[in-house]
Amino acid sequence: MAEVFDRVRKVICEQLSVTEGEVSEDKRFQEDLNADSLDVVELIMALEEEFGIEIPDDDVANMKTVGDVSGYVASKV
Amino acid sequence: MTIDLSGKVVAVTGASRGIGAAIAEAFAHAGASVACMATSEANAAKTRDAIVAAGGTAAAFAVNVADEESVKLAFSGVEADLGPISILVNNAGVTRDGLMMRMKSEDWDMVLDVNLKGAYLCTQAVMKSMMKARWGRIINISSVIGQHGAAGQANYAASKAGLLGLTMSTAKELGSRGITCNAIAPGFIETDMTHDLGEDFKTHVQNTAPAGRLGTPEDIAAPVLFLASEPASYITGQTLTVDGGLFL
Repeated sequence: MAEVFDRVRKVICEQLSVTEGEVSEDKRFQEDLNADSLDVVELIMALEEEFGIEIPDDDVANMKTVGDVSGYVASKV
Repeated sequence: MTIDLSGKVVAVTGASRGIGAAIAEAFAHAGASVACMATSEANAAKTRDAIVAAGGTAAAFAVNVADEESVKLAFSGVEADLGPISILVNNAGVTRDGLMMRMKSEDWDMVLDVNLKGAYLCTQAVMKSMMKARWGRIINISSVIGQHGAAGQANYAASKAGLLGLTMSTAKELGSRGITCNAIAPGFIETDMTHDLGEDFKTHVQNTAPAGRLGTPEDIAAPVLFLASEPASYITGQTLTVDGGLFL
């Protein structure tokens, strides 16, 4: 779980140009990390590539925070 | 204004002849590496060979733009051989003319699949690398027929009008990433596609168009090159009609 979070955080930092210190589980992508809708799509695609998983659009709709995403990815790998 | 596109990789679909070949050659002349894409590699190779003989850089690729897997395969081939694509020209187009009363749905599907779905699939294939680079140019070759309609060309007109909607949506989705998307609407250009229209029609165009002549493929390549250039970065979602003033 901790390892998944570290990898998710690394991808988030690369995609959204933020530092590791800014990325905690409670951070919301759009409000706290300044991501627009296209950033979120890019991030999801990068995570799909990093973890070799498919993340359907319906599931993406429920992911608002870093914790939502890392929890989802952890449940898939 | 001299346009220098050295270091840029350009993909041109329908590059084997006519407008597509002229566009591919114009980009090569401006210093870009050009992926000449056509339905068969042998046809694409004709344009590639002409470019290479003139001292330019080009490679030939076979693609069926209406087929998702073929598009994915071809574009990953381009990126592997030439590098990330920064300019895409969706030029591939076909006609299956006939009055709607007798039009077969296969002819409708064929034209819509190549002309419109093809542009969507190719655009999707280049988006990721353009977004990553925070720079890109997408130019869709529409037609005056898409703006005005034509009896006997319901399928072609619908596909070319559809490209204008695709152009505006692409511009809105990708604008924040330094990517522009514009359309060119050529009038009657002397190519194989318009060859069958007959001498009477040509005379009509010559007499009606303020320019007093049919267009040449180079008349279209020039504005495409401009829209792909850095100075055109504030133009997006637009359609530029290049028809010698025919529809004024």
